[in-house]
Amino acid sequence: MSTTARVLKYQLRDVLRGRWLIAYAIFFLLLTEALLRFGGTGERALLSLVNVVLFVIPLMSLVFGSIYLYGAREFNELLLSHPVNRRELFGGLYLGLTVPLAAAFAAGVALPFLGRLGSAGGAGALGALLAIGVALTFVFTGIAFLVALRIDDRARGLGAVVLLWLMLAVVYDGLILIAATTLADYPLEKPLLALMLANPLDLARVLLLMSFDAAALMGYTGAVFTRFFGSLAGVAVSGAALLGWIAAPLLLAAHRFSRKDF
Amino acid sequence: MIRLTGIEKAFRGRPVLRGVSLGIRPACVTAVLGPNGSGKTTLLKMLLGMVRPDAGTIEINGHVLTGDGAYRTGIGYMPQAARFPENLTGREIIAMLEDLRGAGSVRDRELLDAFDLEAELDKPVRILSGGNRQKVSAAAAFLFDPWLVILDEPTAGLDPVSSGALKARIRRARAAGKTVILTSHVLSEVEQLADEVVVLLDGTVHWADSLAALRASTRESSLERAVARLMLLQRGAEHAA
Repeated sequence: MSTTARVLKYQLRDVLRGRWLIAYAIFFLLLTEALLRFGGTGERALLSLVNVVLFVIPLMSLVFGSIYLYGAREFNELLLSHPVNRRELFGGLYLGLTVPLAAAFAAGVALPFLGRLGSAGGAGALGALLAIGVALTFVFTGIAFLVALRIDDRARGLGAVVLLWLMLAVVYDGLILIAATTLADYPLEKPLLALMLANPLDLARVLLLMSFDAAALMGYTGAVFTRFFGSLAGVAVSGAALLGWIAAPLLLAAHRFSRKDF
Repeated sequence: MIRLTGIEKAFRGRPVLRGVSLGIRPACVTAVLGPNGSGKTTLLKMLLGMVRPDAGTIEINGHVLTGDGAYRTGIGYMPQAARFPENLTGREIIAMLEDLRGAGSVRDRELLDAFDLEAELDKPVRILSGGNRQKVSAAAAFLFDPWLVILDEPTAGLDPVSSGALKARIRRARAAGKTVILTSHVLSEVEQLADEVVVLLDGTVHWADSLAALRASTRESSLERAVARLMLLQRGAEHAA
């Protein structure tokens, strides 16, 4: 068994016993149940869930991720005094948080849907929502780890992740909207596509709306995106971009962890 | 033998260790003394490969530290602050460390028994008192029968009985030919335990020799006064400069 697996075994036990993880799962469970009870069809409930998932998962992954790594600082010092490889220890820490977080989200959303999804299309959309929610958990926990490893001060690190979330979830779209309206006379499709790929949240939103056949909600740009993301190349590019968003912060954080002074 | 040569280290441009060269004798208890922020913990962490020097080399038993961690198999470490995953029990922490070491490692539970921790080991760490966490941490340092034991303020937060048990364990380790390096602000304790003393002031070594030689050199009978004299001498030198 590798160091990663050994560390993971105990980190999982620790995280699974934490109350906040249970609260996180119950939040998704109650929300989904409420949307299904009062919101009508499964498809409509899923569409409402998209917005919650896009806001809550990144914020919680960033906050839990940074608190977890700051909290583990002294224990990591103890572990590093043993003959363990730093990268393998990092792998155990990362999976020890992302796996329970992703599982709590998936279970919270999927359980209320059991036996309620009539059409096959609904099952596909639910699958897409779960997959993208899990991917966002991996993306933003990696970013949180990177921030927590770069900024030693706990309070400043937490401030930084919340600010980052605000930028990506709120400010970014505002800036794009301003740019799109002021430069409306120019052909903007390609720059806008690039900007979407550069923000994992926008990327996730577009992928979800595509899989829900709700692209019409996005008007003119929706048509551009359907043309791009609907094609095989578009799916490949956007999938690769999302994987890149998982890999890049994670590799940078692992590199930092293996060179950092503890 | 442990040898540090020309060690330099700065954090964010602030020098912490400045040209530290030092040999630590085997089968002895060496106490690293100095005021807060003098670089003691940084020095200990360097021996464990947790902090890398900006310049200089560290050699442990002929092995020059390069980033490979295998040499740490023979080292036990007790950090200054004992913090563990909150929802694990003391028993699980010990089991985790044993798992990380692999099946072939030796288990020395002497200190665990001496601390009489049995009833506490099944409680989650978050409800353990600071002293009991410190005991788990001390027991873990001796768990794998290390030839080198590094203890960062080991008795801070321990009750007198446990502190006595730990000191007895340190003495037995030395008698068995182990090398012990510790830091402490309790100088009476250092006088009871240490053979060798290293005094760090502002990241430079101001003394590295036996306790007896320090007393003779400063003409002070108590360690407290001897260290105070060294610090006064340093201040005098700074004022003159």
